[in-house]
Amino acid sequence: MKLLGTLKTALGALRRNILRSLLTTLGIVIGVAAVITMMEIGNGAAIAIRRTIASIGANILLITPSSASSAGVSIGSGSLMTLTPQDADAIARECPAVASVAPIVRVRTQVVYGNRNWAPNYIYGTTPSFLLVRQWTDLAEGETFTEQDVRNSSKVCLVGQTVVRELFGGESPVGREVRIRNVAFRVIGVLRAKGANMAGTDQDDTVLAPWTTIKYRVASSPSASAGQGGENAGKVYPSSQQNLFPVPSVSQQADTPLPVRFANVDQVMAAARSGSQISPAIRQITALLRERHSLRATSPDDFNVRDMAEIYRAMTSTTEMMTRLLLCVAMISLMVGGVGIMNIMLVSVTERTREIGLRMAVGAEPADILRQFLAEAIVLCLLGGAMGIAVGRGSSYIIASVMRWPTAPSLAAIIASVAVSAGVGVIFGFYPAWKASRLNPIEALRYE
Amino acid sequence: MDLIELRDIRKTYHLGEVPLDVLKGVSLNVAGGEYVALMGASGSGKSTLMNILGCLDHPTSGEYWLEGREISGLSATERARLRNRTIGFVFQSFTLLPRTTALENVMMPLSYTREGLSEQQKKERAVELLRKVGLEDRIGHQQSQLSGGEQQRVAIARALVNNPRVLLADEPTGNLDSRTSAEILRMFRLLNSDEGITIILVTHDPGVAECAGRIIRVSDGLIADNAGLAAPGDTA
Repeated sequence: MKLLGTLKTALGALRRNILRSLLTTLGIVIGVAAVITMMEIGNGAAIAIRRTIASIGANILLITPSSASSAGVSIGSGSLMTLTPQDADAIARECPAVASVAPIVRVRTQVVYGNRNWAPNYIYGTTPSFLLVRQWTDLAEGETFTEQDVRNSSKVCLVGQTVVRELFGGESPVGREVRIRNVAFRVIGVLRAKGANMAGTDQDDTVLAPWTTIKYRVASSPSASAGQGGENAGKVYPSSQQNLFPVPSVSQQADTPLPVRFANVDQVMAAARSGSQISPAIRQITALLRERHSLRATSPDDFNVRDMAEIYRAMTSTTEMMTRLLLCVAMISLMVGGVGIMNIMLVSVTERTREIGLRMAVGAEPADILRQFLAEAIVLCLLGGAMGIAVGRGSSYIIASVMRWPTAPSLAAIIASVAVSAGVGVIFGFYPAWKASRLNPIEALRYE
Repeated sequence: MDLIELRDIRKTYHLGEVPLDVLKGVSLNVAGGEYVALMGASGSGKSTLMNILGCLDHPTSGEYWLEGREISGLSATERARLRNRTIGFVFQSFTLLPRTTALENVMMPLSYTREGLSEQQKKERAVELLRKVGLEDRIGHQQSQLSGGEQQRVAIARALVNNPRVLLADEPTGNLDSRTSAEILRMFRLLNSDEGITIILVTHDPGVAECAGRIIRVSDGLIADNAGLAAPGDTA
């Protein structure tokens, strides 16, 4: 009731000099509009930058089997065969924080075309979603392989720009055949140039093929000389792993082909939906894989999940800094608006000295006068804040549609600017209100 | 005990090097229901005395008893409450709030009253008083649409809205022509005789002072003459 009365008196007083009230709030309107526009532009830029970060792989999670050890000697990370393509499918299906997943089978060998050969950094057997994970979907040429190709172990591949240069001398490789360990692959697409990664490794030095093809036709072919997986490791380092069973002869193997019950992959690459989703994604993946691998609560993980935390942190701190910078600029304009309010309130107190004297004479306590002028300042600021929100949203819309700058609405900006404009009202309204309340009624009444 | 009792009131201003004694020991009694005129030349201390009587200011020394309470030592807030409930003011220059209707002007003191009247009750009270001063057809008029006499009548209604025991009028007719002045003075007389409101009228016009039952002359910070119907014993 008391509050309502004060509010009514304040509104009445503001209405009595509507032009001045509007001009006074202009500072706050501009300030709040600036805060909101800046925050929305900053948000838009942050989202754009986040998209860039995603394309350089900052939100990628790499899941590798943990290291096997034989008689206490670690063989190195990735030497256990615990990850399966089904794990990858399950992650894609059941982890909401993960945007896309691709299993990876690696080999390192020569790729031969005509009389040239080249050993790419990466020969990856994977699924089409690898390109989603790495944000590499737009090809320079040709098209990507499909899930169908993965199921059929089709002998098709995509090649990176470096491979094109080294093997084909720059001419279009689409439709040509290359050989990887004597398996002929038809090149169906060329990857767009991506350059080096953070560690300086050339990412264009890549060949991508369906993982089934690499796994069953290349990595397990008799001439395999390098590659991942226990059977190969056993051959490279004969003493490091004991064979549990007697090694069957070649003819025995041919006679009794083992049904493939369990295909392992070397690693699984997953992309979190956004930077902030990285840690939930790690938690979800860990929980899911522990369950799928039937690990007891006490046993350690048989896999590792790694993120690119360093890159991510560097990039997000950049955007955060930029948003904060914009916010600082906007806050300064709010501050200027606040000083404007204080100015006009001081003028208003002087101009209304007689009114204050009269109100005091008929029984207004100093606290009543203080409350009235404070209420006027706060009402001004809140009205200015409301108008500022409209103007700010409008101008950010105009900026987005005319200048094609990315903007994104920010609820935080709206809440913050309303809070700040009320705060400005209190802080800059207090001094004039206090001054009014300290007036001597006799002098105030006599004031001309 | 009288409604108002001043005992040896002194007021000293320290504006420059030399302290300025404006009131040099004023003692004064006003009984409830009296109609008193306070006269004096400018610079006589008349205005200061009125400010102290109206609780707008506090004396440097001396006692001020109002309704049996010693009030010279009250704080600004306590004086504000006292003014709100006990004293009604009418000023020379009408002092209505600009761009505000007569009704809102009359209701204004009620918004500072602690006893909570509903908005409707406040309105009824204000309308009733405006009717009493003969302005029921001007309720919605703004200050600028009212003549001087009408403005002063609104001011009187505003002064009466909290049922004060004392009405303090500072040159209420100073800005009015003689016909309207007579109207206002007649209204004061009626308020005094019919409603028993104590009226203290500050004026320099002997013709206006004539209306009062007692004339107190202030001269050079002292009561010079205290003539009229007052009981003996009021000394200068």
